[in-house]
Amino acid sequence: MDADNLVHMVNDIADFFVPSAGAQRAPAEVAAHVKRFWEPRMRRQIIEVWRTGKAPLSEAARAAVALLAQEAAAKG
Amino acid sequence: MYAIDHHDLGTPPADSAKLVNVEIDGQSIAVPDGTSVMRAAALAGVSVPKLCATDSLKAFGSCRLCLVEIEGRKGYPASCTTLVAEGMKIRTESEKLHALRKGVVELYVSEHPLECEGCPAENHCELQDMAAVHGVTGSPYLASDRRPPPVTHAAAAVEFETDGSNPYFNFNPELCIVCSRCVRACDETQGTLALTVQGRGLASQIAASQAERFLDSECVSCGACVEACPTAALSEKTLLAAPQPNRAITTTCAYCGVGCSLKAEVSGGEISRMVPARDGHANQGHACVKGRFAYGYATHPDRIKKPMIRAKISEPWREVTWDEAIGHAAREFKRIQAKYGRDAVGGITSSRCTNEETFLVQKLVRAAFGTNNVDTCARVCHSPTGYGLKSTLGESAGTQAFTSVMKSDVVLLIGASPTEAHPVFASQLKRRLRQGAKLIVIDPRVIPLVRGPHIEAAAHLQLRPGTNVAVITAMAHVVVTDGLVREDFVRERCEAESFEQWRAFVADKRNSPEATESITGVPAQTLRAAARMYATAGNGAIYYGLGVTEHSQGSTMVLGIANLAMATGNVGREGVGVNPLRGQNNVQGSCDMGSFPHELPGYRHVADAAVRGTFEADWGVTLREEPGLRIPNMFEAALDGSFRGLYVQGEDIAQSDPNTQHVVDALSSLECLVVQDIFMNETAKFAHVLLPGSSFLEKDGTFTNAERRISRVRKVIEPLAGLADWEVTVKLSNALGYPMHYAHPSEIMDEIARLTPTFTGVSYEKIDRLGSIQWPCNDAAPDGTPTMHIGEFVRGKGKFYITQYVPTRERTGQRFPLLLTTGRILTQYNVGAQTRRTSNTAWHSEDRLEIHPHDAEGRGIVDGDWVGIVSRAGETVLRALVTERMQPGVVYTTFHFPESGANVVTTENSDWATNCPEYKVTAVQVTKVDKPLDWQERYRQSREARQPAHRPAPTTA
Repeated sequence: MDADNLVHMVNDIADFFVPSAGAQRAPAEVAAHVKRFWEPRMRRQIIEVWRTGKAPLSEAARAAVALLAQEAAAKG
Repeated sequence: MYAIDHHDLGTPPADSAKLVNVEIDGQSIAVPDGTSVMRAAALAGVSVPKLCATDSLKAFGSCRLCLVEIEGRKGYPASCTTLVAEGMKIRTESEKLHALRKGVVELYVSEHPLECEGCPAENHCELQDMAAVHGVTGSPYLASDRRPPPVTHAAAAVEFETDGSNPYFNFNPELCIVCSRCVRACDETQGTLALTVQGRGLASQIAASQAERFLDSECVSCGACVEACPTAALSEKTLLAAPQPNRAITTTCAYCGVGCSLKAEVSGGEISRMVPARDGHANQGHACVKGRFAYGYATHPDRIKKPMIRAKISEPWREVTWDEAIGHAAREFKRIQAKYGRDAVGGITSSRCTNEETFLVQKLVRAAFGTNNVDTCARVCHSPTGYGLKSTLGESAGTQAFTSVMKSDVVLLIGASPTEAHPVFASQLKRRLRQGAKLIVIDPRVIPLVRGPHIEAAAHLQLRPGTNVAVITAMAHVVVTDGLVREDFVRERCEAESFEQWRAFVADKRNSPEATESITGVPAQTLRAAARMYATAGNGAIYYGLGVTEHSQGSTMVLGIANLAMATGNVGREGVGVNPLRGQNNVQGSCDMGSFPHELPGYRHVADAAVRGTFEADWGVTLREEPGLRIPNMFEAALDGSFRGLYVQGEDIAQSDPNTQHVVDALSSLECLVVQDIFMNETAKFAHVLLPGSSFLEKDGTFTNAERRISRVRKVIEPLAGLADWEVTVKLSNALGYPMHYAHPSEIMDEIARLTPTFTGVSYEKIDRLGSIQWPCNDAAPDGTPTMHIGEFVRGKGKFYITQYVPTRERTGQRFPLLLTTGRILTQYNVGAQTRRTSNTAWHSEDRLEIHPHDAEGRGIVDGDWVGIVSRAGETVLRALVTERMQPGVVYTTFHFPESGANVVTTENSDWATNCPEYKVTAVQVTKVDKPLDWQERYRQSREARQPAHRPAPTTA
């Protein structure tokens, strides 16, 4: 998967949810959307990209991927 | 000549619940008030002679053949224009009536050849019938100073020049009796008004436009005039080449999402012609140049008739047996899954295939492959519709039947050009507009409906591409701030919290028409007037196309459309609603059938354990709970090596998906690509297995059109390669070790009904009985559901969504100063695989770049010049068409020819929710060049070498 493309995609999702859900609730909405529509290897990769700390993720997108990472870690 | 099995009732039905009792030739009958005497007689089984009347056109009363006697009335009134009245006693036969009618027939034949042998309408000619009924074999009215009519039809064709310019039909003026049925059909059925009666008295004749050849005139070749003609003056050329048809099989058109019901007329092993079914629920007796005439591709020499395989895409193809090809494909898929994991393979279903076939492909992927990596071409067209309408209203489908538009007062048309892409619906829309309904067009281009013969939109919001969301939110701003919200509707039908949040959002001044004018290019006052017009319409209906969905904010725009409809109370009854105009014949159906990687049939998420359990119990497998890869994700995964095998049924992703180079790279990296198609398409160039597909004429099944209407596809001829598409999928599944047992597609539909709550009442028996069914069809709605969301939304309360405008990343600048947008033309269809192989190329033989005179002049470009189009994704060359249909700064092209390379320049930007590509906005530079690129020239030469004969080949069984 192209990492830049995944970053664009998750940022775009965040751009939709931030105005409606607000900064606090948006990350959960973004994470739910990604979980609902993204195939697992895409989710794994965006988490890897997030872990580098260098990806140009928006604030809400970053928080959303952090939630996905937590959930993945909890699942083991 | 109308369909050979059509029983004509003379005049259209009356729309009244009140019944009127009459007596016709001693028979009593009750008919709806407003029915003509002619129709009442026909319903009573009494055939009144006629020539100018037919039940698809309003009564005209010109031929004077249908005279009757009515007790208590003087004279001999025309039965077509006389309406029934309570207690009326009618006599249709008497010596006097016979004598009067005979005189009329003698006048007609005085101007018509008398020898019928060899006439294409022989045995179906209404004048011939009338002459026979009245014992007329000649005419006493041949005045000595007038030339007698030619004795034979062949002589007439020579003496009176036949216009054979249209590739599909002839016009022979000598056979014309000037009954005006063609003129009225062009007006009432098609709505183009290209035909007229020119001259007076005996010199009267039918003329196309200003007495031009049909091909050069405004005629759109819908064929309504040909069907309406009672003689052979207008007749299909195929009737000259093929034997007279003696059998008609009703099926469904395989072109656009209107899904017209057609009758294939057959004689022996050949299809003689295609005629729209007058009782067709979607099309009501109409068709377009594609559906009626452009079926010759089915027997084009390019058809693939033998399975083929090859080890590498650099090697030549080797013809093999079905068993060898299927066995090879299955072994390859199993090898790949064993080596790279089961998610390394997937499949793509087709919106051109039947419901049963798409259901089977997704079942094969989920059950036999054991993965959810299945997607469909709706990904690249209407996937945002599914997301947006499901989120707001609760169901991923349009809300109305097409006939609903006849009760609309204002139609808001967004990003769609029905006269070009959905012509039969466009005819109905134009009919309604001519009755007084108003039209608002939101489109970057001056589409034909903005201004045409007898049509003018009340408003055209000519926005900049990519700013839909800003426009729809600004319209909502006007509705809210002007106090036009239907508060009672919203209070009763919608979620209060989401509505209040939305109301506050759209009311913000930053969403006002004035604030967004500089972004959208739409003058604030124009937008305000349009919003008020829609909101106060009475019945306001929204129809939209790919100009809405194929954007980075496609889903947001669909949400915005649904918001506006709910806020104005325009959902849940006839005449209103939200109506996506689907591009292909079975886009709705392929989505319904579970073709998306996250949804099982009936739009139920794969994570839902209860739903999964139902399928697992029926299919005897364990299903995955995680969503699979979407088409663009499959390409990405192919490039990173985690996706190695793909089964593609009836799709040409190499031509239709954006950023061709990206797609080519992805397809080239696959270890096994299996393509099932009727032609060696662009995707097949990267395939290892080629399985011959079957056209819609070669199989049984169903299509579901844009109004959720499930219609039967019936086999007219045997599959050219021996197997229907569903049979191929069954064989592949069997070879993969997951046996499927179906003897007929009806059994697949039974399984769909068993597993899908919105289809539980659907069966072939019921479709055959009712003609068609609009889902949901279940215990609550056993005959189907023409209008959705009556009384309550499918999701319960309607939900509003915030639609913040976010500019696309695709921006213009110094390097790429223009925006390219794309669309279709009437005579061609999508990537052109079908229509390019018909005589429709007579109208459109190449794609052109439409450019505004201002942009052209600045670049030294004149009409017809070769122009290079460069984007950050690629480069192509087209001829320029300089036109004021475009606004400055925006260029446009169609994408019907592979050598055009429209998708060489489009980018992989996509909708945030669904990954639907942003075809409609690509930043480009356009410059004058000398010639096409080398690869384009090779394509063109290759195609021209295979150009079909001017006339469609007869279709042989």
